[in-house]
Amino acid sequence: MKDAFGAPQSVLVLGGASEIGLAVARRMLVRRARAVWLAGRPSPALDSAAASLRALRPGADVRTVEFDALDTGSHEEVLGKVFAEGDVDLVLLAFGVLGDQARDEREPAGAVRVAQTNYTGAVSAGLVAASALRGQGHGSLVVLSSVAAERARRGNFIYGSSKAGLDAFAQGLGEALRGTGVHVMVVRPGFVRSRMTAGLREAPLATTPGAVAAAVESGLRHRASTVWVPGALRPAMAVLRHLPRPLFRRLPL
Amino acid sequence: MPPTQSPPPDLAAPADAPAVPVSGWGRTAPTVARLVRPRSYDEAVAAVRGCGARGGIPRGLGRAYGDAAQNAGGAVLDMTALDRIHAVDAAGGVVLCDAGVSLHRLMQVLLPLGWFVPVTPGTRYVTVGGAIGADIHGKNHHVCGSFSRHVLSLELLTADGTIRTVAPGDPLFEATCGGMGLTGVVLTASLRLQPVETSWMTVDTERARDLDDLMARLTATDHRHRYSVAWIDLLARGAATGRAVLTRGDHAPRAALPRSRRARRDPLEFRPSRLPAAPSFLPDGLLGPTTVGIFNELWYRRAPRLRTGELQRLHAFFHPLDGVPHWNRVYGRSGFVQYQFVVGYGEEEALRRIVRRISGRRCPSFLAVLKRFGDGDPGWLSFPTAGWTLALDLPAGLPGLDGLLDELDEEVAAAGGRVYLAKDSRLRPELLPAMYPRLEEFRALRAALDPRGVFTSDLSRRLGL
Repeated sequence: MKDAFGAPQSVLVLGGASEIGLAVARRMLVRRARAVWLAGRPSPALDSAAASLRALRPGADVRTVEFDALDTGSHEEVLGKVFAEGDVDLVLLAFGVLGDQARDEREPAGAVRVAQTNYTGAVSAGLVAASALRGQGHGSLVVLSSVAAERARRGNFIYGSSKAGLDAFAQGLGEALRGTGVHVMVVRPGFVRSRMTAGLREAPLATTPGAVAAAVESGLRHRASTVWVPGALRPAMAVLRHLPRPLFRRLPL
Repeated sequence: MPPTQSPPPDLAAPADAPAVPVSGWGRTAPTVARLVRPRSYDEAVAAVRGCGARGGIPRGLGRAYGDAAQNAGGAVLDMTALDRIHAVDAAGGVVLCDAGVSLHRLMQVLLPLGWFVPVTPGTRYVTVGGAIGADIHGKNHHVCGSFSRHVLSLELLTADGTIRTVAPGDPLFEATCGGMGLTGVVLTASLRLQPVETSWMTVDTERARDLDDLMARLTATDHRHRYSVAWIDLLARGAATGRAVLTRGDHAPRAALPRSRRARRDPLEFRPSRLPAAPSFLPDGLLGPTTVGIFNELWYRRAPRLRTGELQRLHAFFHPLDGVPHWNRVYGRSGFVQYQFVVGYGEEEALRRIVRRISGRRCPSFLAVLKRFGDGDPGWLSFPTAGWTLALDLPAGLPGLDGLLDELDEEVAAAGGRVYLAKDSRLRPELLPAMYPRLEEFRALRAALDPRGVFTSDLSRRLGL
């Protein structure tokens, strides 16, 4: 159960090797979490992520479970297995791929993979998780969207459009789950310094996985429906969103 | 119109009950449950039998601050429809009533007969069942002990759907008192009452200039009064840390009432007035360090240095907050957290450290009270133990509050103290066994009595009760 400050005791990270997912899990373990599931494709990264969490809090029940966002047919079974072991207070939808915009424009198969992972996979896993959370009458579903979902940009519109779809889906799901005890929170980070963005030119208001995790914790506490990281992105994007296109095009974003 | 026969009163079907958000008085962590409201003992039995996989928990008037009467995804049994007073022994001072009867109702019925409830908390709007489940205490704990000490027997509906009569001395009785509704549903209870001549109190008020002065005064003169409590200003710092206003009272004898007043004609009158309810749209942050600081300053200065023998209405003395329905809304949408702990006599240094810590952090608590408890009570999970108890409320949105309370928990546990489960909404489960040494017995009794875990609450899930 979550406590009065929204701190969960059990956490399921879909995309268990993601840096943001791991940062959130770490933060929750320091607070109240004693059971953490890291769901992802089996890999040394996933195992070392689990090991790092166990080292952080010996005695915590940290487990990995095989999960592939693209294999939507298996989602029900995988998540069913996790929920059968006990209540999950927080489900974090943290998987996603950035793709390579230039290459994906040339080779649409790559773009399809981005769309299927970030959007289709998340729709499937999100609905399965929502139904399980609904059954237990409590819990939060935190969805990692992106500031890129807010307005399409030349430089990353394939990724941005997949996150835009995910963002709209999560907002609607939040509405659908009102009154069921399940809380849906959309998190929109800006440029996050991580493996995913290594080598890319940093955008203004760049942030870190740790800052995203802190924002998630605070959002859970206030039962927020949308969280921007950093918070200054909210007013910034409110302006950018309505900037005339010729002007927006010229911005060094 | 042809005469129609009214349909037979069907049993409350738990599976069809509406799923609604349920929260405690602090409004911090609402979860959704099917709310079932049994109107007869048969319906209560049916409700327990039909709880389903996620179990059920009885609920009274929802005054527990945290998640004690919530059950996410399961059933919550609203017991307030079972509210009959079956018998009053006006000569012997015993009442037999349903568990859904409120203390408010008992006062309305019993005061004209010259009887008062044996123990009342800071609100009359709790049920008898809730009072037993939380084994509540009042300002008279140092003299009278907790509520359950005045329960002669009770009927308990257990997980197997049977109704058992249990009495003091029975392990099931002791597990039920303070057991937070997890042993079963209390259906009826018979209580021993307190005789009174009037519905008035004679009240002595005095100021204490700091925490040590306060403790000295309480220690020296508590035994002279049936009721004793101190309001403490947790925002005062420096030399004034822990300054307080002591309020001690006793039931006023008939002779103490002035001859000329209406009071003399109807000395047992009980008609508490209520103001309009607090509105539901109040924002967070109304009760910050500034507003509470001003309130505390005025409250302290308003109090006389020493005044004895003042006559107060019973409800003004015991339940000032009941005058404002839904007062919990003033904390806004984020709600608030109550923190109450007890540390034993001899652990005054821990109490001093905690008070210094709270005032050092400028925590805006305007309802902080300090009291001396008498000996501990027989309930396995009953809260009171001989020592000092401090209760405070704080806005849940206060930055850093979670970490601060965790630190206080450590301090309390290290001093051999405990926090009060009826008010808890955030304790770390790891600390529970140290705070409640009879927890293992409680768990074992539950495992034997209720192996499927029919009685489950958000509190029991969170703390592993």
